[in-house]
Amino acid sequence: MTYCIAQIPQWLAEPGLTHFLVISAILFSLGLLAVLTRRNVIMVLMGIELLLNSANINFIAFARYTTLALDAHLIALFVIILAAAEAAIALAIVLNIYQQFSTVNVDEVSTLRE
Amino acid sequence: MAEHILESISLFLPEIALTVTLCVAIIADLILKERNQNVAYVVIAGLVITTIFVLRQTGLTETIFSDMVAVDPFAVFFKIVLAVSGFFIVFFSMKCRELDANKKRIGEYYMLIVAMMLGMFIMVGATNLLLMYLALELSSIASYILAGYTKRARDSAEASLKYVIYGAVSSGMLIYGVSILYGITGATDIYGVNAALQTGDFSPLALLTAGILIIAGFGYKVTVAPFHFWSPDVYEGAPITITAFLAVASKAAGFAMMIRFFKVSFIDTALLDTAGVWDIVEGFQWNIILAVMAVLTMTLGNLVAIWQNNIKRLLAYSSIAHAGYILMGLVVLTDQGIASMMLYFVMYLFMNFGAFYIAMLISNKLDTEDIEDYKGLGYRAPLVCVAMAVFLISLTGIPPTAGFIAKFYLFAAVISAGWYGLVLIAAINTVISLFYYVRIFRNMFLIEPEGDTSKIEFSLSSKILVFALLIPTIFFGVYFRDIVDLAQASVKMFGL
Repeated sequence: MTYCIAQIPQWLAEPGLTHFLVISAILFSLGLLAVLTRRNVIMVLMGIELLLNSANINFIAFARYTTLALDAHLIALFVIILAAAEAAIALAIVLNIYQQFSTVNVDEVSTLRE
Repeated sequence: MAEHILESISLFLPEIALTVTLCVAIIADLILKERNQNVAYVVIAGLVITTIFVLRQTGLTETIFSDMVAVDPFAVFFKIVLAVSGFFIVFFSMKCRELDANKKRIGEYYMLIVAMMLGMFIMVGATNLLLMYLALELSSIASYILAGYTKRARDSAEASLKYVIYGAVSSGMLIYGVSILYGITGATDIYGVNAALQTGDFSPLALLTAGILIIAGFGYKVTVAPFHFWSPDVYEGAPITITAFLAVASKAAGFAMMIRFFKVSFIDTALLDTAGVWDIVEGFQWNIILAVMAVLTMTLGNLVAIWQNNIKRLLAYSSIAHAGYILMGLVVLTDQGIASMMLYFVMYLFMNFGAFYIAMLISNKLDTEDIEDYKGLGYRAPLVCVAMAVFLISLTGIPPTAGFIAKFYLFAAVISAGWYGLVLIAAINTVISLFYYVRIFRNMFLIEPEGDTSKIEFSLSSKILVFALLIPTIFFGVYFRDIVDLAQASVKMFGL
């Protein structure tokens, strides 16, 4: 078993606040990228989930590595609940779009722009 | 603790009244079944009770629920603006023909309007970052559904899709910004954030990132460039009553939250003086960013509005431009600026609702939203068209209307803070805006009607509602001292 631990590089042996912040920043960027580039509405909604969850990672990391404990946990809980509520509404709207346009591609759903 | 909560509840009565109204509206919808358009009366009764509770809060400066919500003159002022706009929207909805296709579900519609109002009421009072986020989401989620309320219309479905995507992304950015700000300051209430920022012990880059992300979140709600992309499409596709509500009430609540957040979090209390000029803490000159956004917003809104033929889309761009003017009041960092923003909202409420209401009446009768179809309407429906002309003159900001007084105080506040360039750009923009407002005016009065020239009759209640909007628009242009005094007295926030 000691062999395995020796393989882990020094900067990963003891994960700290920075590691989590980097992970959350990467997740946030990926989420934003998904929203901007994906044409399928479902994929866009998944990008939005990434945005919200990257914020959650931040909150929990701050709670773990600093003295600010409970507030952050609570906020993360609320964000999870809100993400669920938002997803419910968004999926209902997507269903409605599918009935009207027979597609869930955001590019094809644009009759309003002149 | 229990005593504190009980005391808090007694100061939270307007929001509780709205919650009760919401529940009663759902039950009334179930009981009334076929006659469920009567839910509107339930909502009006609920709003009356809410307004009474709000008026009883005048003069208080308290914080409730352990620094979660502030009950102060600032919040009360905005709550009154929101309540008045709520009344108008319910009355509009009772007249709107666009909603008739969904008569069976009209009860839900009124229920959702109350939900949106509840979110906005909490927005104007919230002093905690989490509560700000929750309140913003509450009002947004209700408005996503309302934007797509006329489910059968393709435009409406598309509007709600665009709204939900932009809204969710912006709220994701907002909460990410809040998470960074929380990491920097270790506080969730804005007073704690302020105290931590004044120690100066943080990285300016992190604060800048957090600030920009938070501005993105708020900017979406108040439709300032470059976060305005959703608004023209949503405003055009949504039912016109909801468009009007989003353009006035939603914007007012968003601005109220934005003002409170920026003023309380970034004020340097050591340099606070009695003249109402305040300074921001070192590290992040967000007012420069806001100034750039204000210029972008008003210029873009006005320039694009010139090319619009759909009245709803035109008013959408015009409301973006107005958001740009209003934002100037926050840039200058004075209490005078904030008072003039608040004054602007009162005037804006009457003149913008007026323009939307007339557009709705014409669309009810002629089934058109195209400005080209307004040709000669001045001869067919003189009263309504003269009223529309007054609202448009007021939106441009020409005396003797309310819009002039609003712009005058706003520009005066900006000039006295020394931002001459900003005022110059705003003044040029006002001239540009005249161009597209006059186009509607010209189509109505200066071009002879084509084809059908019969008179268009409106019901008495429609006319009364027109006068209810028209009289304040003219009255506040002539007699404005009391409302100005009220706005100046209402700048006071809890803790400052």
